[in-house]
Amino acid sequence: MQFTAYPCPLPGGAAGSEFALAFDRDRQHRMLVLPALFDEANRMRRFAVEVMRRLDGAGIDSFLPDLPGCNESLRSLAEVEAEDWAMAAEAAAAEFGASHVLAIRGGALFVPGALPGWSYGAVKGASLLRTMLRARVLVSREAGREENLEGLLAEGLSQGLELAGHRLSADMFARLHELAPGDDIRLTAIDQDLIGGSPLWLRAEPDEDPDQADALAAVIAMGLKQ
Amino acid sequence: MTSDTDHKLRRILTDVLGLKPGQADAFDADTGLFGHLPELDSMAVAGLLTEMEDRLDIVVEDDELDGELLETYGNLLAYAEAKRAR
Repeated sequence: MQFTAYPCPLPGGAAGSEFALAFDRDRQHRMLVLPALFDEANRMRRFAVEVMRRLDGAGIDSFLPDLPGCNESLRSLAEVEAEDWAMAAEAAAAEFGASHVLAIRGGALFVPGALPGWSYGAVKGASLLRTMLRARVLVSREAGREENLEGLLAEGLSQGLELAGHRLSADMFARLHELAPGDDIRLTAIDQDLIGGSPLWLRAEPDEDPDQADALAAVIAMGLKQ
Repeated sequence: MTSDTDHKLRRILTDVLGLKPGQADAFDADTGLFGHLPELDSMAVAGLLTEMEDRLDIVVEDDELDGELLETYGNLLAYAEAKRAR
């Protein structure tokens, strides 16, 4: 496993870079792994890296880029637009010479157009927002403040909003609200039934499951052999 | 006799709480949820409600969300069954 970076342009075109985790031995198959978003990013990160270790063992290179404003990024999420994430995914794919993509949950909203591959647990942006909006309503009520989904949605669309500790710009909020996983036939959706167990992104606490990581890596390794 | 809603709701709680298969079978109407299970914080409850909407094909309205709804398994099940009957 290597710690590396990829060039990721700043708004306005100035040079910048973001962190990435890589298993790179110059092999034929090179998988770009697009991470889950927001709180799910934490819950799914260990799983993502566990899958990458297994892919490495199966002779497949893989790369897990940070999206601008997330994880180790120096940029403030509040200033990031949805388009920045799409550009980052494209830039990482180009830098690492990706041959395929594995998009996890909300990562499926930013798959570079030219890549074949897999999506796991792909989710609509509106659904991610709804869960975070509701968490905020629950917390507000416990604190004695009356907020509702409709009002917060309107505020998010016009001014941006802080959700589950993530400050989203109005652009990010509005674009996420519209984005849905594409129906690109080059992307194969992996169902939880195929992986077994229960999805780790639903867990209240971060968890791991070696059997699920085995299963996901096996689906990909077999798919690449065909 | 367990209803389809009961079965699905136990499955959702199994997923959210990371329970072993079968563990949720021990839940009864008085089993405490929000406020009784430390891992069931507001984010987890929000995730639970989104899953209920998706898998039970219901819409949970803002004004239906009160402490009582999530207090026990019995309350949550009664709510879900009433919603689906509509």
